[in-house]
Amino acid sequence: MIALRSKRTISIVSAISAALLLLAGCSSSAKNDASTAAPSVPKVAMADAVGAGEGALNIVIWAGYAENGSSDKAVDWVTPFEKATGCKVNAKVGNTSDEMVTLMKSGEYDGVSASGDATLRLIYGGDVAPVNTSLVPNYSTVSDFLKDKPWNSVAGQMYGIPHGWGANVLAYNPAKVTTPPTSWGAVFDPASPYKGAITAYDSPIYIADAALYLMKTQPDLAITDPYSLDEKQFNAAVDLLKAQKLIVGEYWSDYTKAVQSFESGNTVMGTSWQVIANLINGDKKVAVESIVPSEGATGWSDTWMISAKAKHPNCMYKWMDHIISPTANAQVAEWFGEAPSQTLSCAETSDKSFCDTYHATDAMYASQIHYWTTPTTACLDGRGNICKDYAAWTQAWTAIKG
Amino acid sequence: MHLSKSARYVLALLTSITLLFIYVPLLVVVINSFNPSKTFSWPPSSLSTLWWSKAFHNEGVISALMTSIKAGVGASVIALLLGSGLAFAVARYEFFGKETISLLVVLPIALPGIITGIALNSAFRIILQPFGVGLGLFTVIIGHATFCIVIVYNNLLARLRRVGSTLEEASGDLGADTWQTFRYVTFPTIRSSLVAGALLAFALSFDEIVVTTFTSGAEIETLPQWIFNNLFRPNQAPIVNVVAAVLIIGFALPVWLSQRLSQGAPAGGRI
Amino acid sequence: MKTFSVWLYQHRRGRLALLLTAPMLWLVVAYLGSLATMLVSAFWSVDTFTGKLVKQLTFNNFSLLFTNHVYRDIALRSIVVALLVTVIDVLLALPIALFLAKVLPIRFRNFAVVLIVLPLWSSYLVKTYAWRTMFSNSGVLAWALKPLGITPPSYGLLATTLTLAYLWLPYMILPIYAGLERIPDSLLEASGDLGASAGKTYRNIVMPILYPAVIAGSIFTFSLSLGDYIVVKIVGGKTQLFANVIYDNIGTAGNLPFAAAAAIFPIVTVLGYLFFVRRSGALENF
Repeated sequence: MIALRSKRTISIVSAISAALLLLAGCSSSAKNDASTAAPSVPKVAMADAVGAGEGALNIVIWAGYAENGSSDKAVDWVTPFEKATGCKVNAKVGNTSDEMVTLMKSGEYDGVSASGDATLRLIYGGDVAPVNTSLVPNYSTVSDFLKDKPWNSVAGQMYGIPHGWGANVLAYNPAKVTTPPTSWGAVFDPASPYKGAITAYDSPIYIADAALYLMKTQPDLAITDPYSLDEKQFNAAVDLLKAQKLIVGEYWSDYTKAVQSFESGNTVMGTSWQVIANLINGDKKVAVESIVPSEGATGWSDTWMISAKAKHPNCMYKWMDHIISPTANAQVAEWFGEAPSQTLSCAETSDKSFCDTYHATDAMYASQIHYWTTPTTACLDGRGNICKDYAAWTQAWTAIKG
Repeated sequence: MHLSKSARYVLALLTSITLLFIYVPLLVVVINSFNPSKTFSWPPSSLSTLWWSKAFHNEGVISALMTSIKAGVGASVIALLLGSGLAFAVARYEFFGKETISLLVVLPIALPGIITGIALNSAFRIILQPFGVGLGLFTVIIGHATFCIVIVYNNLLARLRRVGSTLEEASGDLGADTWQTFRYVTFPTIRSSLVAGALLAFALSFDEIVVTTFTSGAEIETLPQWIFNNLFRPNQAPIVNVVAAVLIIGFALPVWLSQRLSQGAPAGGRI
Repeated sequence: MKTFSVWLYQHRRGRLALLLTAPMLWLVVAYLGSLATMLVSAFWSVDTFTGKLVKQLTFNNFSLLFTNHVYRDIALRSIVVALLVTVIDVLLALPIALFLAKVLPIRFRNFAVVLIVLPLWSSYLVKTYAWRTMFSNSGVLAWALKPLGITPPSYGLLATTLTLAYLWLPYMILPIYAGLERIPDSLLEASGDLGASAGKTYRNIVMPILYPAVIAGSIFTFSLSLGDYIVVKIVGGKTQLFANVIYDNIGTAGNLPFAAAAAIFPIVTVLGYLFFVRRSGALENF
């Protein structure tokens, strides 16, 4: 009886799978040449005027980019915007760049604060529209070294408004880590005395951190850009991370977790963001130091982009102008702990040395940070089509975590 | 059952330990709602009502609560209609494929929520979006109703099987039509199990996050989504503990009520 | 209204159709239809750069899933965790259900059941974060166990298993309790009076009722554990489960085809389990 039953089950299952195959195959004739040609940017119309606000604005943000006073009464650049424009802001936090891309592809949002590892995917996917910078008055005083960059423009056309930038820092708890680290080697040392109390960022893009370390410590691999890795270079970085897993206590991807982990003592050292360090130090349970190690650091340079399907385009243009206005940009930069893009912001920060601390207007410093960029088969350093693309990075990340 | 005195004591002891296991984490939640730390790290350095007063002035939580209530009511009503239809059919009729219904109806809740979520999400995109219907409260209700049907179905089926159909037949023999029989005979006997099923369906919908994530879109936020979003914003995270503490207390009454109502339904049907 | 009612009275098939049409449309067309739509995409791929679906028949997703041992390891780990959670819950649920159904005076039972159900309705996320607090190095467990010289498990697989067992425990207690409550004491006494040994009573009376109840509970504990990706992110340290593979591909990487292919593993596992337990009548038991 059981045998009979399972036989029937098997026949049902195979019938269903046959039907599925048929369905899947039906549309196979559609497009064949998509992947072979060099990617071209889909044509998306650009706005030529900004009219009255539509009353609402749905945006995807990094946590802390749209504060409305609910976290801290004094920290509020959304309410003034809502009052001035009548656009009610509805902000959705994306925890990783991948999540932001997925959210933007849903077509439900008007805009996003995208990092460099998301921007190109959105541009080439036709999910965002080019930005008419003449409709954003505050754009003229944005730091020049952030304009027309590979991660925010294509062929001289800006696809967004630079928001701010920063480095992924090495944070450590000096009470536990007695010799201050100066190199990323501290989080890759298999014999680390802090085994089990190291943390790392839970995203495929973290492979670039390993590549950056290898770039400086193993010259024979000849890595020139941590986001352009050929087979051999890529495997070396992945192996380094697999070895690192043995000393990692936990991976983090949201910052409540990162803060708690340091505060409870589960983590004493690892890659972090300045804002996390600020929160920990603000809580006064433990103190952490944050440094940019000798190898330099990976980092982000964020860009406000407008969706190709924005339901509230006027509100989004108004928002893009508001968020880089000197006051708002100073507020968000101080709250998040990053360098503001607006040069005039430096006069508006509550801590007058803020821009110096973050090297906000220092083009030299900015050039030493390897900003998150989407890895593609076409190497970004011009070696041809021999590099691992982001899909390979994603699958490798699953394999690293095991 | 003949349980020796010592067996009874052992059982009582084990029960107390399990109850402790169940309630200690909830106690941690309540204590943490008085923790002034921005990330509720343990142990609290002091106690304060800071987050309680912040929670009561938080607009986001109120509107999320309203959204959750709407979604829960919508899903329960649909589940009530569909689930009772199925239960009547299975309890009172013979038809082809009857024995696969119990499997079919349990599937949406037995398959991991992420699968139901992805499946509905891709279907909504393909079928609804061409008509200009975006993701929103409507799609959340559809998603929740799908896995709530089984709750109403099982509750009612157990009741129908227990009471049998003799009373209904008698009513028919005495000249009552279908509507009268339902109104005066069937309905009074099943009313309490319908209420219990609906309440439980509501509660299940109220705490659902995974299916909701994939069916809600940008415009709406249910309470669990609000909690999820705010847990990852350190400056808001402690308010979440306050909301959770309030929820535990707020739910005591409806849960007790549904327990009272479903009493006597021998097949349990409580969840 | 009246004529329709009369018509219904006369047409048994009509009544049945009225009852069945809407729910069957919903479950078969809408739900199974969506599942099929999703499964079709498992044979497609996604343009890695633009994230657009490429609707061409391919088996790459499956070959990757089957050839890379990582996915097999994660799948096995997930099944072990789901089974462990189920076993822990059965062990915890049996005594408490027995106590409630057979020892506790009837007037206290409602209250006791409410005590057990109540935690289900406080937020799942908040409870998970409470466990994160409990397991942390300076947490409640470390603090409570320190005098005994025991170091509690840190974030990892064990913490994940315990947290999942905690979350789904009420789903196991309730059906077992309902099953036990259904056995009248008189039946057990009669069995004893007629000369059956305790073992025989257990085998012939208690087991046939307990078995489907445990199965009903296990459907929840097993499949909820198999589908969870949030708990392991919060208390799992550096480990991951199969639902994470699905979520990471759809929720973050936007790779629906690969996620759909991966989803076939839990679908087959759960379906297999349901087929296996269907004969016990457990599907109508919760």
